[in-house]
Amino acid sequence: MDSANGSEEDALWGNDDDGGQWSHQDLPNDVEVLKRIWRNEKSAPEILGYETLLVERVREQIALMEENLAAYAESLDDVMLSLFEMDVNRLMFLLRAYLRVRLSKIEKFALHIMRTAELWDRLSAQEQEYAQKFVDVLSKHMHDSVLGKLEKAYDSMVKQAASSEENDMIVEPQLDTYVFCRSKTAVGSFQLDDKGDETVDLMPNDLYILRYRPVRGLLGTDSIELV
Amino acid sequence: MAGQGPSEPALFTELEVEFMAEDEPVNIIPNVRMDTLHMICGDYGPFRPQIPITVPLWLGIAMKKRSKCRIQPPGWMSVERLTEVLEMEREAPREFQPLPFHYVEIAKLLLDNAREDFENNYMVQSLLEDIKDVRWDKVEKGLKTLSGRTHAVKLKNLSAMEVNRMRTFTVRALQSFFKHDNDDMMKQTPTDSDSQSTPTSSDRLPRVCSQDFFTRSFDFTFYLCM
Repeated sequence: MDSANGSEEDALWGNDDDGGQWSHQDLPNDVEVLKRIWRNEKSAPEILGYETLLVERVREQIALMEENLAAYAESLDDVMLSLFEMDVNRLMFLLRAYLRVRLSKIEKFALHIMRTAELWDRLSAQEQEYAQKFVDVLSKHMHDSVLGKLEKAYDSMVKQAASSEENDMIVEPQLDTYVFCRSKTAVGSFQLDDKGDETVDLMPNDLYILRYRPVRGLLGTDSIELV
Repeated sequence: MAGQGPSEPALFTELEVEFMAEDEPVNIIPNVRMDTLHMICGDYGPFRPQIPITVPLWLGIAMKKRSKCRIQPPGWMSVERLTEVLEMEREAPREFQPLPFHYVEIAKLLLDNAREDFENNYMVQSLLEDIKDVRWDKVEKGLKTLSGRTHAVKLKNLSAMEVNRMRTFTVRALQSFFKHDNDDMMKQTPTDSDSQSTPTSSDRLPRVCSQDFFTRSFDFTFYLCM
């Protein structure tokens, strides 16, 4: 059996949840990476980029492991078999949790995501299909149940009234929320506002509560992780 | 998913936090001979009777449940070490002692599943409860010092469960502070559309901001982490 360790992310990946002196030599692998990605996705208010390669690798590893287990089930004793199954199940749970938290965000912000190219590109092909269908069903339902029965000026799903200047019925994520995050690298002095009056010194492994909007870039460059 | 209401700040359920803690390492002493387990999450083994080995917590507990090993209590869970930590937690009202990020969950999992592997399990449990209480008391006191000009809060040595427990309230509070602060700014700035670019508006408030940042929020930083 092959435990496919090692990926490009590994190099960037320090220890996960230890606080310095408690550090241990746990091997960075796709499971750890997926766990971090899931945590980031769950903690971030907006939808983050889909981890195509990672999900692909994890899927392959699960499939391979299940194949092997089926093939060697006879020769393994019950204890070992159940331990291997636990390993696979844990990873499957993680993968599902990741995909699910994304789906819940897609449903919540479907209209907003579809109207913002940058966000739309963060979805996988399947997620885009899901979002499209979701919006189709939603608009049909809204039309049939309420909007179709209202006057022309009030029958839009994205505007309160025809006189609204903006699409004020579209739910957008609240980016001025606060997140708990840990810096993975020495980011150093980091500016929290446009004027440069609020700065914070981000040291590796330290935990902070920061406003999401200014630090979202750091999440993209993998300098911080959300907890 | 559970724990994720529509307008709630992201929150992990206790079980999800526990799930994450289950990947933390633990030393076990196997009583059986078993080949190396080549798992997706890593290679563990080979297991030899009486030879200690480090495995993820979930694996250790699974083997323990099947009577294949006993758990070696981690060093920080000894009565001496915990007594020391508790004393220091009490002595230093402005800082948290370093414990594993998942200390609450690790301790719970180990005491639930391998109680007999701890010499003074009753004592250990009671010390842990006290440490948890003292620490939470500090968190609550720290929260009182949150103010409208808090831009960054540093939480040194805070644990996963503590973070998760204070998350909803703290995030809500900071969100409201931020929102009302910005409402104030809007009112005070004549041209609110480009408040960031006009020199008049940037002269107006930031100085107050920065001063407050260094007095109030820095205090809080100091308070919670030293």
